[in-house]
Parts: sequence; C-alpha cells; structure tokens
Amino acid sequence: MFSITNLWSSTITVCATCSVKTIQQALDLAQDGDTIMVKKGIYKEANLKINKSITLIGEGLPTIDGEAKGEIITIGADNVTLDGFKIINVGVSYTTDYAAVRVVNSEGYTIQNLVLEKLFFGIYLQKSNNGKVLNNKVQGEAVTEFNSGNAVHLWYCKNVEVRGNDARNVRDGIYLEFSDNITIIDNFSKDNVRYGLHFMFSNNNTVVNNVFESNGAGIALMFSKFMHVENNVIKKNWGSAAYGLLLKEVTDVTLKNNIFMENTVGITVEGSNRLIYSHNNFTSNGYAIRVKGACYDNQIIDNNFLYNSFDISYNGRINDNKFDNNFWSNYTGYDLDKDGIGDVPYRPVKLFSYIVNRTPETIILLRSLFIDLIDFSEKVSPVFTPDDLMDENPRMKRIEHDRN
Amino acid sequence: MLKILKYSFYDLMRSRWSYVYFAFYLLLGVVLLFLNNDLSKAVITLMNVIIVLVPLIGTIFGVMYYYSSKEFTELLLAQPLKRSSIFLGQYLGVAISLSMSLILGLGIPFIFYGLFMSNAIWDFSLLLITGTFLTFIFTALAFNIALSNENRIKGFGYAILLWLFLAIIYDGIFLMSLIIFEDYPLDKLSLIGTMLNPIDLSRTLILLKLDISALLGYTGAVFKQFFGTSIGLIVSFFALTLWVLLPVLRIVFKAKRKDF
Repeated sequence: MFSITNLWSSTITVCATCSVKTIQQALDLAQDGDTIMVKKGIYKEANLKINKSITLIGEGLPTIDGEAKGEIITIGADNVTLDGFKIINVGVSYTTDYAAVRVVNSEGYTIQNLVLEKLFFGIYLQKSNNGKVLNNKVQGEAVTEFNSGNAVHLWYCKNVEVRGNDARNVRDGIYLEFSDNITIIDNFSKDNVRYGLHFMFSNNNTVVNNVFESNGAGIALMFSKFMHVENNVIKKNWGSAAYGLLLKEVTDVTLKNNIFMENTVGITVEGSNRLIYSHNNFTSNGYAIRVKGACYDNQIIDNNFLYNSFDISYNGRINDNKFDNNFWSNYTGYDLDKDGIGDVPYRPVKLFSYIVNRTPETIILLRSLFIDLIDFSEKVSPVFTPDDLMDENPRMKRIEHDRN
Repeated sequence: MLKILKYSFYDLMRSRWSYVYFAFYLLLGVVLLFLNNDLSKAVITLMNVIIVLVPLIGTIFGVMYYYSSKEFTELLLAQPLKRSSIFLGQYLGVAISLSMSLILGLGIPFIFYGLFMSNAIWDFSLLLITGTFLTFIFTALAFNIALSNENRIKGFGYAILLWLFLAIIYDGIFLMSLIIFEDYPLDKLSLIGTMLNPIDLSRTLILLKLDISALLGYTGAVFKQFFGTSIGLIVSFFALTLWVLLPVLRIVFKAKRKDF
C-alpha cells in the first residue's frame, strides 16, 4: 500500500488563479513524495512548515514575502527540495534567530537557486546532515553586527555541500559551528560586516575556489582542526581589525594555492600548530603574515611574498616555524652559483615591525631613511628579532604556481 | 625678474651639472625599469630615492650656485633693479632647472616603457609633483643659508647639516618621542610631527597612494580620517606649499636688508 502511494506521487500547482492559491494550502494537501509547483507571483506567507518529504519548486522566481512576521520556511522532514524562490522580509528579533529558510533535524535536503533579500538569517541549517545548499543569492542590508544575521548558517551539521552561493552585506557570509565534513566550493562573499566565512569548532572541512572580498575579515578559522583551504582568493579586507584570514587555535590546516591581495593583514595567526602554508601568493598586503604567538611547527614553503609592507611580523623571540624556498620581493641577496636559490638567507622579520607592534603610531615612519637604517643594522646583527627565523633558501625568481 | 630668471635658467642649462643631474635620473629610471620589469614596483623604489636625493641635491646645488654667482649678483646689484627680483629670479632659475632635469630624466624612460598605458601613472605623477615641491623647498632653504653665511665652508656645512637633520635625525627623534610617550594618545602628535618636516610629509603623501593597506591597520580615528579620505592629500599639499612660501619670503626679506 505504502509503495503504491509513493509511485502515485502527484504535482500540485499553486498560482493566483488556480484552485490552490497559497503555498500553505498546497503544503496541507501534499503527501510524501509530491511536487509543488509555484507559479510566478507574490505570496504573502510566513511560518510555512514543511513536514513532508516534498519538492517545492518555484517557476519564474515567485516571491514569498514574510512581511517581517518571523520565520518564513521551516523544513522538518527528510529529502526536501526547495528550488527557485525569492524570499524577502524576514522578521528581526533580538531573542530568536529568524531565518528565511530553516532546516531542523533533517537529512538529504537540497536548497537551491533562492534569492534572499531583507533578511535576518538566510539559510539556517540545524542538526541536519547530508544536504546541499547550491547557487543561492543572499543580499542583506547589515550595518552592525548585533542586529544582523548570517547568510548561510550551519549548526551541528555533517556532510553538507555549500556551493556557488553569493552572500553580500550580511554579518557572516557562511557560518559553521560544530559542523564537520562540510565542503565549501565556488562561493562568493563580499561586503559582509563581520566575516566572509566563519568556522567555530568545526573539523575536517574543505574550502576551495571561493572568493572573499571587502569583508570585515575574509575567513575566520577558530578552534578547528584538519581543514583544507585551497585556491581561494581573499582580497581587499581593509580596516583596523581586518584580516584576510584569521587563524586562532587551529591545528593541522593546509593552506595551499590561495591568493591574498591588498589586505591590511593577509593572515593573522595565533596559537596554531602544524599548519602548512604552501604555494600561496601574498601580494600588496600591509602585513603578509602576522604571528601573534604560541605558533609552533608550522611550515611556510614555496610561497610568493610580493610587495607587502611587512612580510612577517612576530612579537616574540622564539621561533619554531620553518620558512623555506619562498620568493620574497624584498630579498636583496645574490645568487653566484646560479642555482636559482639566493646565497644569503633572508630574514623576513624587520625590526620596525616590532616597533610598530609596540607603538602603533610609529607606522607613520614607514619607509623613512632612518627606519631603513635601523632595519639594515638589525638585519646584519639580529638583536630583537629571532635570529633563527630566516629563509635559508630564498628563491631568486617568482614561483609560477600551478593553478587550475 | 623674468630676465634674471631666464639668464639663470639658461646659464644652468648650459652648465655641466644640470646634464650630470639629468643623466643620473635618466640612468636611474632606465636601470630601475630594466631590473624590475614592473612599473609599480619601480615607483616604490623611486620614492626612496626621491625623498633622499632630491633634497640633498637641491640643498647642495642651491648653496653652490649662490656662492659661485656671487660676483655676478654684486654686479647686478649695482644696476637699477629690485633686489627681490634679482634673488627670486636666481632662485627660480635654479629650482626650475633642477625640477626640469628631474621630470625629464625620470619621465623619458618611463614614457618609453609605457607609462601612459599603465595605471601607475597617478602614482608616478604624484612622485614627480612631490619631487618638484622638494626641489623648490630645499633650494629655497639653501638660498636662505647662503644669504645668512658669507663664509662658504660654513654655508656648505650648514646645508649638509640641514639635509642630514631633516632626512635622518628628525625621524630618529620623532621615533624616540613616539616610543617614550607611547602611553599617551599620539595620533595628533604624529600627524603634526609629519607636517613639520617636508621630507616626512612627501613620504606620507606617496605612502597614501602605495602602502595604504598597512597604514589603515592602525585604529586611531585621526589617522583614519587623514589617510582614508582626500583630506590627507589636500592638507599635505597645503603644507608643502607653505613650506615653499615661507623660505621664499625670508629670501625676499633677508635680501632687502643684507649689506653687500
């Protein structure tokens, strides 16, 4: 009997002139496995609860207007597909995280081709595994952190694919907390108030081919392990507390083939061990890598450091990190044996960066002759900077990374 | 005044030093572009050269010209000419010919390299503008020193000292005072300290274009307003203009009263 009802799955059409005029009505009528087709139009509905395994498809991008009454769509069943809607006017609350689409304790969901505007939280996934969030466009109006939400928010989720989304002007573009094995690919995150991508206590995640531009900070990785961050472009994160990538208490992370461009700080790293930075390009940043302490056993190998005001900044005298085979545009050594490797080691930490760490106002003396002189004397005989912190094999030519 | 300007200018144009100066910048421009293959990187290197060498050459050349043309000046003073026009004419002659060597010497290799097609053109023009300002400022300061000192050796000594002070020692004192008073709010102090030294001012002006990302890393509101908006550019140019006008006024004032 049950299998027969599944085979007989029907399609319910919703439009202004059809017999079914509201999405709520259609949801009441639908059975597991049904498809609801929603025609173009504006549907002023909120608090839609999907508790059956159905497919909800919008034709010609129909608009669901929540009229700021609170949550708009809540999914509480497995194998639900939500495709092709414009969802606007989510209610803002300081006690409840209202979302345009919320998925609760469900599996196998697909949420795609949505356009979210005037939102608080966008897509909120809560204890929901094995799903997909694809090609959604989120345009917020966030100004401050405390009264705005995140575009894509994952809380206790596993095995989710977040691909091709576009998040702008929200608090965090993509936010993950206690979420493991998440794949984040081809997303674009711009002008967000806080972070483009934010990890908290999330392990074994992959971040590939994303672009983060002009956010408060590009990516914030905190308290997480075993991550792969590859082929991302992180640029133009400007401001006093802006970073391209913030690493705080993370371990075993691979950062490969990323481009950090024109950020105030390319990478700020604190309390993070066993990281591998390789084949990245750091171009025209204020600081390429700012090491704030308690970072051990990291490897910085085969990167290009191009025209940064400071390549590396340290605030201690202890160094347990390995710098090798990088190209430094500030390197002034020579290569007599013509093997492409400079004969004199390069010291990436300048004395001036220590002075700036101590008295930030002194930044105004950047590139003055006096500063060049003290930097030079420190380079000749290191007193303040870690004397073993150097790249023994600095390259003479810029590395052409193999990027696809 | 124009006649004297013209005379000084042509006199200098014919002199060997102008050619040496011009050739030096030409060579510098060519070598930088040849070695770097990157226009914007070359602009950064050039900045270092310009803020150090242009003041030095302006000072030395100004003092040298004043002393070597002293007899001619005395001859002119015997004629029915205004004193201010004699000295201003000479000053402008030196400053303009030096600026021309700078602009042509650096401009020609960069133009051949394809400056007009590149987006570094604004950085580059800013570089030349500040270079010209520095030439005018330091030639004026040099004339002041020479007018006040009959003794050539003393005059040269003071000129070198002036350059040394503004290019290096000033920054050292500035840095020390910032570190000593680090517990106090230093935003305004550091901006004022920059305004008081034309070399620092030019450097900051160019940094506004090149290293803005590092400068914005600092939280201070005064800093942010200065660096983040065009106010910084306007105020800096105003201060540079003031730096030209004040020494020039002193030349006029001093020349009127000086007993030859």
